[in-house]
Amino acid sequence: MLKPRVIACLDVAADRVVKGTRFEGLQSIGVPDDLARRYEDQGADELVLLDITATRERRNPDFKTVNRVARALAIPLTVGGGIATAAQAGQMLAAGADKISINTAALARPELLKEAADRYGTQAVVVAVDVRREGPGWRVYSSGGRTATPWTLADWLRKAEELGAGEVLLTSIDRDGTGQGYDTGALKAASRATSRPLIASGGGAGPDDLERALRIPGVTAVLVAGVLHRGEVTVMELKRALAGRGMILRGA
Amino acid sequence: MQVVIVDLGLGNLNSVRWALERLGTNASITSEADMIPAADAIVMPGVGHFSAASARLTEKGLDTAIERRAGAVPILGICLGMQLLFERSEEGGRGLGLLPGRVTSLTRPAGPLPHVGWNTVQVSASAGIMARAGSGDAYFCHTYAVRPQDRLLGSAYTDYGDRFVSAVQKGLVCGVQFHPERSGDYGAAVLEAFLGLAACSR
Repeated sequence: MLKPRVIACLDVAADRVVKGTRFEGLQSIGVPDDLARRYEDQGADELVLLDITATRERRNPDFKTVNRVARALAIPLTVGGGIATAAQAGQMLAAGADKISINTAALARPELLKEAADRYGTQAVVVAVDVRREGPGWRVYSSGGRTATPWTLADWLRKAEELGAGEVLLTSIDRDGTGQGYDTGALKAASRATSRPLIASGGGAGPDDLERALRIPGVTAVLVAGVLHRGEVTVMELKRALAGRGMILRGA
Repeated sequence: MQVVIVDLGLGNLNSVRWALERLGTNASITSEADMIPAADAIVMPGVGHFSAASARLTEKGLDTAIERRAGAVPILGICLGMQLLFERSEEGGRGLGLLPGRVTSLTRPAGPLPHVGWNTVQVSASAGIMARAGSGDAYFCHTYAVRPQDRLLGSAYTDYGDRFVSAVQKGLVCGVQFHPERSGDYGAAVLEAFLGLAACSR
């Protein structure tokens, strides 16, 4: 049986892990290498490392940090931020990423998803989607939540799947850093729009939040950051709490 | 011991090299067929399309070089590399044909495809590297799975709606559908068992 994954997320800027609220007010938390090792030891099922300023600063993704982190890890590593070409995706995989996450560049040029998937397989391509609630639906934003796109969540997910995205990392900007729980409405809408595995992100803090997201069909993973960074809870404590509710997780 | 990791130009090979390093074994990565004859063990990782990988094997002459060493040194195919040990795939292209059978998409999956995440590897074999490593949870990331002609080739199974073969072994030819290099301590145990096979067969 496939076990739900609890994924630790490291947002990285200038080689430091940072955390903000609703994508703003970033504070430095620590060194990526240390946090990666800590969360792996705590039982994280995967690590997501996002270079959150690469796109904004129009520079290449940070291959060096990825290489250092990947070398020490024995769990899967997904890397995103600033990947704008299939060649950069390839460099990232060569640097040690198992999967690459594409966000803004795919919204600017959707064919990038197809180029990356054709070359490295759909299973290596994660489309990261940042949304805000808008009326009855959800609007997709690019450039770290700064720019509204013409895409609704459902339309973009259908397009991304068709082009070759193998997994969806769905972040609610409204919930990011608030600890108010994942946007289950957005997750349900996403689940109806795509048959790809979904990773819930933004607002997850306690076992209730994680369980609620993981009970939605198609949601196979939950992303956690803030509560781990602040030391409020460990990955294994979260996993054991979920196990206590009848879910089966690795090592819990 | 000279462990060679075959580079098919498709993604992450370093993680396999690093995982072997953590076990105290240095491995070299190569896409050159003339590196194969000197190898004491061959590891063939792979992600992506079967047809693209199959084309790389042929154009570099790696297929002939590996076939020539099969039976003499241990070979470990990982993920797509395991699928390439078989004859052909629904995805298109021919494999090495070291093991009889084909590769098809997972049918009746219990959840979304690709099958991504940690799932249980249930060992059925009583000998071989999987018997040594035992059952455990491993990281998978795939849509296709092998269908060996001979059921006895399967050394472990995994359930995702479809109960599929997640490890195979025939003599020195081994394959795992999961990623031992990204499967924590359990993955390390599988790689260690493979290195053990390599040490015995020298």
